[in-house]
Amino acid sequence: MKRHSTSTWTVARTIASKDLRIEWRSKVLVNQVLPFAAIVMVLFAFALDNDGILQRVAPGLVWLAVLFTSLIIVQRTFAIESADNALDAIKVAGVPSAGVFIGKSVALVAQLLLFECVLVLLALVLYQVHLSWGGVVLLVTVSVLANIGLAAMGALYGGLGAAAKGRETLLPLLLLPAVAPVLIGATRATESAFGVGGASLGEGWPWVALLAVFGALFGFGGTLAFGVLTEE
Amino acid sequence: MNSIHPFPSPTSTPTGTRASRGLGVVVFLGMVLLTLLGLFFTDEDVVQGSTVRLMYIHVPTAWVAYLAFIVTALTSAMYMWGKQHSLTFDRIAGASAEVGVIFMGLSLVTGSLWGRLTWGTYWQWDPRLTTTAFLFITYVGYLAVRDLGGSHQQRAKRSGVVALLAVLEIPLVHFSVVLWRSLHQKASVLRPNGNVTMDGLMLFTLLFGVGVFTLLFTWMVLHRQRVLALADAIDDGGLEAALQERRNENN
Amino acid sequence: MSSGDEAVRLRNAVVLLGSFPALAEASLVVERGEIVLISGANGAGKTTLLRLCAGLLPLARGEASVLGFNLATQRKEAQLHVGMLGHANGLYLDLTAQENLQFWGSIVGASSREMALSAQRMGLHSRLLNTPVAKMSAGQRRRTALAILVIRRASLWLLDEPHAGLDAAGRDEIDIILREAATAGATIIVASHELERAGALATRRIEVVGGAVVERGVQ
Repeated sequence: MKRHSTSTWTVARTIASKDLRIEWRSKVLVNQVLPFAAIVMVLFAFALDNDGILQRVAPGLVWLAVLFTSLIIVQRTFAIESADNALDAIKVAGVPSAGVFIGKSVALVAQLLLFECVLVLLALVLYQVHLSWGGVVLLVTVSVLANIGLAAMGALYGGLGAAAKGRETLLPLLLLPAVAPVLIGATRATESAFGVGGASLGEGWPWVALLAVFGALFGFGGTLAFGVLTEE
Repeated sequence: MNSIHPFPSPTSTPTGTRASRGLGVVVFLGMVLLTLLGLFFTDEDVVQGSTVRLMYIHVPTAWVAYLAFIVTALTSAMYMWGKQHSLTFDRIAGASAEVGVIFMGLSLVTGSLWGRLTWGTYWQWDPRLTTTAFLFITYVGYLAVRDLGGSHQQRAKRSGVVALLAVLEIPLVHFSVVLWRSLHQKASVLRPNGNVTMDGLMLFTLLFGVGVFTLLFTWMVLHRQRVLALADAIDDGGLEAALQERRNENN
Repeated sequence: MSSGDEAVRLRNAVVLLGSFPALAEASLVVERGEIVLISGANGAGKTTLLRLCAGLLPLARGEASVLGFNLATQRKEAQLHVGMLGHANGLYLDLTAQENLQFWGSIVGASSREMALSAQRMGLHSRLLNTPVAKMSAGQRRRTALAILVIRRASLWLLDEPHAGLDAAGRDEIDIILREAATAGATIIVASHELERAGALATRRIEVVGGAVVERGVQ
């Protein structure tokens, strides 16, 4: 008659697919956050003028836009939970917090990937950068690995902000310094993918290792830490 | 745990003991001597002139800042993995981080003043400098997490986890900045310590400064930790009064 | 967990909200199978009492165990057997009632037959099931939340103003479900202002006053 604890993986899968379904249904990301990301890319161009500067700094601008967007997406992913206090319902059910963390992170990885595709396309069009097929392979690898790190840190500190109600403003202060290595690594690798300043593809791959280490470390650390940070 | 705490009055409960007051006197005398050594007894550097005197402040503040964060990390770990989950460790971690943030700020200011005089610029994207700035912001965030409210144990758990995450974050930041600079660096400025040759007294002054500032750090953390303990005790003491008031709603 | 353990045992439980003692040394024993009605003024501590039993709030002092599990050390174990319906429904507003049910079905491992039965019980017919929660009335949301509570198959039910926002039919349905759950062996604690209705259900009444529990007798 009694229920048993559901496995961490089932919980993670259920949470992730629920999050993605909500985003698919509500269209908030597409209708509100995506235009924001696009206007940021346009504003960068206004701020920096052009004459070749944009082409040179395009990789950095893409990843800066990703970071800013990630703040919004992370806050949104926890706003869904607190709108009708579903977070409490999940806690009362004794759901393993590692599963919640992994599920939230996986959904974030997927959402960030969508934004990166659009931002790179915008960079190709607005900043006139070039991308070879080899560059595409590098870029996809970089994006996936960078997203794991970004999503893990985002879920961790976003969860902390959501648990301490009314202190969501803490997220940028905690998240941005922590993900600086992702910005550095992903930007340098993207410079290679875009061939900025004559950088070759081969120079980009060592940065992939940095991103992988970051993602692995905080994916694992976050799984352990999430429960403590979100409990009352 | 269920005993009733006497309500501690901040004025009647000093944070000093005989030992810590003695330490305070030693620190004060040490500071006077350091000032004399740094400003008068030591010679100017051949290349840097009097600018080198900034080092007697900058190096000790930077040392104390890093020491503070090591102490915070260690005491956080001791709280998390200690059987008792003793709040004393948590309070030492908090006190140490507060003192550390102050010294990190001082070391950034003295460092950039020194950079202005030596490099001709307040800021260099030097890995050490950049990591230091990140450490500063990270621990400002740590202090904000301590301030989130909730029970003492909850504060200790949350901030303990954040402190331990910072231990992972900072080396990664440093490593990635080093990688970044090593690929893009154009060697156009003087290397930080390359042009200073220290004679015996200068070296002694530097080491003496590190020693005195370490004692200063110890003294500050001791007192601050006791202030935090008193603040927690007032919370707990206030609980008795609040419980009594709550029970009176009965009538 | 031995079957002889009480459903809830609080001894001098203190729960702090910030520095305010919402529960001030509350003591309470609820035997298995009881239906307990909690009454009390706003701010007396009814909701805090329920949230403590659900393992949502830490104990500042005293002792608390639920279904034989010590809340200080075995909170997650206790929570597997505890269901709660609070002021909020805990639903995802962009999803339909059906999708919310499926989400919880997957989290707790309920079969689709169980989910269909439970939805039917709460009067969630197919058109309503496919309506996004955001477009539902307060009563319809409440029913959806109750349908989810039913598939949790909890041993201890904690309900905070369950009748609020429901029409007469919905209120009757809740009473029936609660009686059934009690017959099946569940323990139920209901906080309610509606003494008439909830009192008819209850086997025992307590009142929370100033963060402490006062017995008001057996029905």
